[in-house]
Formats: sequence, structure tokens, C-alpha cells
Amino acid sequence: MGDTWIARKISLSPRVVFPNKILPFLLVAPQLAITLVFFYWPAGQALYQSMLRQDPFGLRTKFVWFANFRKVLADPAYLNSIKVTVVFSLATAIVAMCVALLLAVMAEKAVRGKGLYRTLLIWPYAVAPAIAGMLWLFLFNPSIGSLAYLLRSLGIAWDPLLNGTHAMILLVSAAAWKQISYNFLFFVAGLQAVPKTLIEAAAMDGAGETKRFWTIVFPLLAPTTFFLLVVNTVYALFDTFGIVHAVTGGGPGKTTETLVYKVYNDGFVNLILGDSAAQSVILMAIVIALTAIQFRYVERKVHYG
Amino acid sequence: MKFFGFAAGIAATLTLLSTTSAFAVTQISWWHAMTGANAEVVAKISKDFNASQSDYELIPVFKGTYPETLNAGIAAFRAGQAPDILQVFDVGTGVMMAAEGAIKPAADVLTSAGMTFDKSQYLPGIVGYYSKPDGTMLSFPYNSSSPILYYNKDIFQKAGLDVNNPPKTWNEVWEAAKKIKTSGAASCGYTSTWLTWIHLENFAAWNDVSWATQQNGLAGGDVELKINAPIFVNHFQALADLAKDGTFKYGGRTSEAKQIFLAGECGIFTESSGGLGDIVKSGMNYGIGQLPYDTDAKGAPQNTTPGGASLWVFGNKSDEEYKGVAAFFAYLSKTDVQEYLHQKSGYLPVTLAAYEATKKSGFYDKNPGRETPILQMTGKAPTDNSKGVRLPNLPQVRDIQNEELEKMLAGQQTAQQALDNAVTRGNAAIKEALEN
Repeated sequence: MGDTWIARKISLSPRVVFPNKILPFLLVAPQLAITLVFFYWPAGQALYQSMLRQDPFGLRTKFVWFANFRKVLADPAYLNSIKVTVVFSLATAIVAMCVALLLAVMAEKAVRGKGLYRTLLIWPYAVAPAIAGMLWLFLFNPSIGSLAYLLRSLGIAWDPLLNGTHAMILLVSAAAWKQISYNFLFFVAGLQAVPKTLIEAAAMDGAGETKRFWTIVFPLLAPTTFFLLVVNTVYALFDTFGIVHAVTGGGPGKTTETLVYKVYNDGFVNLILGDSAAQSVILMAIVIALTAIQFRYVERKVHYG
Repeated sequence: MKFFGFAAGIAATLTLLSTTSAFAVTQISWWHAMTGANAEVVAKISKDFNASQSDYELIPVFKGTYPETLNAGIAAFRAGQAPDILQVFDVGTGVMMAAEGAIKPAADVLTSAGMTFDKSQYLPGIVGYYSKPDGTMLSFPYNSSSPILYYNKDIFQKAGLDVNNPPKTWNEVWEAAKKIKTSGAASCGYTSTWLTWIHLENFAAWNDVSWATQQNGLAGGDVELKINAPIFVNHFQALADLAKDGTFKYGGRTSEAKQIFLAGECGIFTESSGGLGDIVKSGMNYGIGQLPYDTDAKGAPQNTTPGGASLWVFGNKSDEEYKGVAAFFAYLSKTDVQEYLHQKSGYLPVTLAAYEATKKSGFYDKNPGRETPILQMTGKAPTDNSKGVRLPNLPQVRDIQNEELEKMLAGQQTAQQALDNAVTRGNAAIKEALEN
């Protein structure tokens, strides 16, 4: 029984068997080396640094075990930045996904120029985060921004420099705008995978367009949606430093200081390296947890086909 | 900003690669944070210095904003790749002073290269700020500035204000700003860059009130902030009240407000004298006045404190490099170089000879107001309140102050609450920094 299972497994899988015992290790060595140099080494450094108190130049060093972690976790500014990060990440993920889904459904409907629409909608993904931030900053700059001018003429006292809500809206817009293209791509692929026969059958049964979308298309898109939710949250959490740095710099007050931005601010502006390292170790734990969730629950439910 | 820094870095690397093979000159790297008209000054001075001799090649590299440049220097030091010269802004002075093992005092660089350093040739207020309590000059003052008042003469005319008589006290500024706004001459009356530097640090010095204990931190030790005294509270409450209807417009934490003034949105503007280059370049019909003072203060106006930046020399470099740095500092001290720097950028000359020469040339007669920042800084002998401010973590303390002031300007707290919070949080941060 066992032997046949193994035999079948071998004959079915495209796995290559190396007669040489060392070659496989040599082949994976470059990948391992890169991981060691670019992940384990800096991660180890961060761990070590997070237990040190040090002056900016590294001239005086004191080992303090977990004191930096205790300090960071008791800091009201840190708790505030957790709150800011949750609001920012969820808002960005939801906005980016809703708009992308709408655009994908619309682009699917186009009879002519489908390819052109798709290409144009994918373009923004190629823009670097800091540049996306600058674009939005110019559009909404209270003094020179054309969209800010429009808002003011509508009677809205637009002032992202002092109004925390306005600053957050600006950040979410910039961050979501950049991610829409990526989501759009996945939704288009997801929509194409929905069997046309199901939709046609429903149409014949008299289901209207809205009904067809919510009862057939949307549930079939669920795996894609769930996958994108995780990806978008991770993006908003860790990939938006450039946007925050370019648009608000964490202000006004601390209303837009996300966790990642606080790591930078404490480490590279305030020069408190121990606190900054402790925060980045906490962030590392969060990334590891999110990745585990993705592998455990999401990966197996998503069909790329 | 980031991008330009990167481009400048590449350009510098290319020059480095192309020149090392061709000449046997010693290269001196200079990391700086100058943009706009001031970046042109850096480029010209470097070019002229390189042309003036053939032993050394000075390579200026733009590293971003002031804080970014400081961080780049620190990171490079930790990686063993420090530049020869690093431009550090006034606020970073305390950080650099605490790092004695990392730097070589500018005075030592000059004397070990066989040059005599005559302190009496330099403006005392500036050199004093960059020296240790025992008098050793630690860094070389490159661009020193003082906050002054700029005003748009066209807007003043429209508002019916006296074009030749800028407001002298803060109360006069508030009144003029209201008149500009209500008359419709401009959409906002007053704006300012650097609230922390102008409205807290220089406000204290100019009005001869204490900013913090221990001579504003210059004497070291346990420093406690004093910025919630009534005179500060009244000043900021007035500012907060004017912000409500847009008579005062907030631009941002550093020099962002310059754009608002240059765009003609506001009539009155307080900013570093070093911001002059861009205002001249814009072609605006501008006027200059003294930094306003508070009529409630007895000694006002006292003197302003130096802002701007100085050049720090890193330790553990070769003798050749130090000789090159010394040659550059000597070149920078030359009267014609200082005159050029002063007249083109609006920064103060650091030598007395350059000041006298500029005066003699009739420059101040032709450009009234350009002498203002020098007179402000040197007019009176400084008191314990007006020698400058120094903390090991001034960037962090300024950040805290900015956060609280932003909340105040947004109407979330009163001036009293904002300044009380700034003092409590600031003192806690100072205490912690001293423990490190």
C-alpha cells in the first residue's frame, strides 16, 4: 500500500531527483546566502540593537535587556501610532479594493478598447510611492494645489497641514490610488474566470444585472477578494513609508504617524536607536504573523488559474 | 528632495571616479543641505576654491534637508565612511558636541595645519555659539542667519499701510495682518517659517526672557524648559486667535511657509535672513524689517541668536585631508569670499573684515535692510537668555513643540495647554537623553 503510494507520487510529480548529493545544496546556496545576508543578518542586528541604549554615534553603549520594549509599549505615542496604523491600513485597503472592483467590472463591460482601458488603469502601479505622494501633495497643497482650490471654492476649509482628518484623507487617497492598479489586475483575472454559462443561465431566469453581480460574480470572486485584503493590508502597513514621508511627515501633531514612520522618526530624526530597533522588532513579529496567516488560511483557498 | 540628493550623489561619484585616475590631488568631501539660491553659492565657492589651488579638490554633495544631512553623516560615521566635512544645522550642534570622539575641533584642524586661528577676526556671537565652554571652536561657521521680518510692499500699499514703515512689535504685526485681511489686499495677513526657532528660541532671546534653565542649556546639566511663562502664552494665544479666521496662516514645521509668501498670499512673513536669496530671485517688491519684539518685555529688543549651520570635521582622517580642510576654511574666511556669501545668500558674514568691507562698498545703502540681521545679532552684549539654546536632543524637543503647536493652531487646545504639554513632554525627553 505504502509502496504504491510512493511510486504513484514519484511518477506523478515533476520532481527532479539528483544522483549527486552535494549539487542540490550548491544550487540553493545562492538563495540561502541572499536570505542570510539580507534578512537574517539585519534582523539579528535589529534584535541586538533593540536591547541596547546607545548615543547616536555609537560611542557609548549599554546593554539593557528588554527595557526598550517596556518603554515603547508603555509610550502613549506608540499606542496612538497603532491606532493611526489600523485606521490608515483598513481605509486604504477598503478604498483601493472597492474602486478597483468597480473599475474592473466596468472595464470588463467595455465592448471596444478593453485592452487600452486595462493598460491605462495598470499604469499607476509603476509609480514610486514617494512620487505618488508628491503628486497628491501638489494636487491638494492648500496654496498651489488645483484640487485644493476646487475644494475651497466648494466651501470646504481644506487644510491638511493642521486638520488631522484632512491629512489622513490625503494619505489614504495617495496610498489607495497607487494600489488600485494592482487590485484591478487581480479582479480582472478573477472576473474572467467566472463561467459565462452561470451568468447567462441567471439572465435567462430573469435576474437583473445587479442581482447577477451580487449573487453570482461577487461570491465567486471571494477568494481573490480575501487574498487582496491581506496583500493590501500588508502594503498599507509596510510599503507606504515614502508616501507618509512625502505628504505629511507624520503630522499634524501625530495624527498620521504610522508604526513604520515612527520607527524612522525615533531612529533617524530623534536618534533614539534602541527604541527604534525595539519597534522594528515588534513590526517584524507582526509581519511574521501576517505571513503565517496568509500561508495557513489564504494561500490554499486562492485559485490562480 | 530625495531624488535630487540621489542625483547629486551619482554626479559626485562620477566626478570622483573620473578624477581619481587623472590627478594626484587629495579629495575633500563636503556634505551639505543647501538648496535653491544657496546651493548655487556652494557650487560657486567650491569651484573657485578648486581653481585657486591644485593640491586639493573639494567635492560638495547635497544630502537633503538639514536633518537628513545630519543623519546621513551619523550613519556614514557608524559605517566608517564619514565625509571630511559635514554641514550641521544649529539644532544639531548639541548632538555633535556630545560626540567628542567622532569629530576633530575646527580650531585643531587649523592649528595642526600650521595656521593661526585668530578668534578676534570673527563675529563673536557666532563663534561663541559654536565653541566649547572653554573657548575651543568646535565647528566652522558657514552660514549664519537671524530671523527677520519680510513684507510685500504691493500688499502693504493696497491695504493702506505705510510701505516704508514695517511693524516693529508683535502687536503692530497683528494689527497690520488684520488690516491686510479685512481690506482684502491679500487672503492672509501673516505667515512664518520655523515657529520653534523664531517664535520660541529667538522670541525668548530677543525679549530677554528665559527659554530654559542653565542658560538655555549652554551651561549643561539638568535643563528644564521655561516656555510656558505668561509672555509665551500670551504671544501664542494671539497667534492661535489669528489662525481661526486665516489672518495667520500656518505653512509647516520648517521653511514651507516661504512658498505662501512668495505666492503673494500673505503680506507679512518672518523667516531666516538666509531665505533672502529666493525672495530676491522671485522679483517681488519686498521690504525688510527687524524681528518684532513684545512690548511686555522689559529688555526688548535684546539680541537674536544665530541660526543656520556650521561645518564639522570628522575625526580619523589623514593629515593630507585635514590640511585640505584647513586650506578650505582659510579660503572661506577670505574677505571677498565672505562678502560674496553674505551679499548673494543673505547669510551673515562670519568675519568682521567682510562686514566692514561690505559696509564700505555701499551695499547696505543700496540694499537697506540687509544689515538688519547683523545689527540684530550684534547690537547688544548677549545675556544669559540670548546666547543661544543647546540640548543634546533639540531636534526631538522641537518636534514635540511643533506637535503641540499644531494642535493649538487646529483649535484643539489653548496656548496655555499647548505650552504646558510641550514643557512636560520636552523635559521628560531631555531627561531621558541625558541618561543615554
